[in-house]
Amino acid sequence: MGCIESLKYEIILRNASFRECREYIRANCREYLDVPPGFRIFDKHIIGVPPISIGFDGDTITFPYTKPCYGTFLMKVEDREEAEKIRLSVAKKSK
Amino acid sequence: MTQTRQGGKDAVLVMGCPQVPVQTGLALYLLHALRKRGVKSLVAGNQAARLLLEVADPERHYLGEVMDLDRFISEIAEKKRRFDYHFVFIHNDAGVSYAATVQAISGSPVIALIYGEHFQEMAELIDFPCEKIAAKATHNPMPLKNKIDEVLPWVVSNL
Repeated sequence: MGCIESLKYEIILRNASFRECREYIRANCREYLDVPPGFRIFDKHIIGVPPISIGFDGDTITFPYTKPCYGTFLMKVEDREEAEKIRLSVAKKSK
Repeated sequence: MTQTRQGGKDAVLVMGCPQVPVQTGLALYLLHALRKRGVKSLVAGNQAARLLLEVADPERHYLGEVMDLDRFISEIAEKKRRFDYHFVFIHNDAGVSYAATVQAISGSPVIALIYGEHFQEMAELIDFPCEKIAAKATHNPMPLKNKIDEVLPWVVSNL
C-alpha cells in the first residue's frame, strides 16, 4: 500500500464496492466532502467512481482505498494536518 | 512534461488482478491487433498481470513498455504522459473504479473490456462516458475476442 501502509489506520470495510463506501461515509461520518477521482490523499491518487466521498469526524478521515485484487477498503486515519489539507484543497477547487 | 509520440497513435492496456484466466490471452491478442493497425501500446498493471505477460512473451513480439498501475495513474493525473486510447480490463468492482478514474483524469477515450462471471452486473455499474465491450468470457476468450474484432477497426479509426 505504499505510504498508506505506514499510517496508523483502521479498516472499516474490506472488499467493499465503491458504492458501499460512499454510502457508509455519507451515513456515518459527521461531515463529508466529494472529491474527483485522482484527488491526492496521503500522497496517493484516489481511485473510484465519482462522486467519491471522504468523511471527517474532527481530525479523523474516512476514505476509500482501492487495490485491483482486493476491491475497495474503507479506511479511517486520524491526521489533523491531512484533514486540514483536504478541506483547504476542496474549498479552493469549489470557489 | 507531456510525452507524446510523433505520427502514430498510442494506447494503454490497464490491467488489474489476473484472477480470470482470459485476461492475459486477450491482452496479448489486443497488443497484436493494435500493433497491426500501427498503434503503439503500453501495459499498465499490477505485478502479477505484468509478469504473466512477460513470461508469455519473453522475446517481446507483442509486449512493449510496461508500467506499474499506481505509477501509471500518477503519471496521467500529473499530466506527465498522455495516450490516445485506454483499454481497461474489468471483471470486478475495482476494475470499474480504475476505469472511472482513468476516464476522469486522462480526458482520452476509455474502452471498457468487461468479462467474467459477473460481466452484466459490472457493465451496469458503468455510468460514466466510455465504450463498453462486454461478454461472458472466463476460460474461453473467444466471445470477447470476437467482439474486439468487430469493434477495434472502428475504435482505431474513430476515437
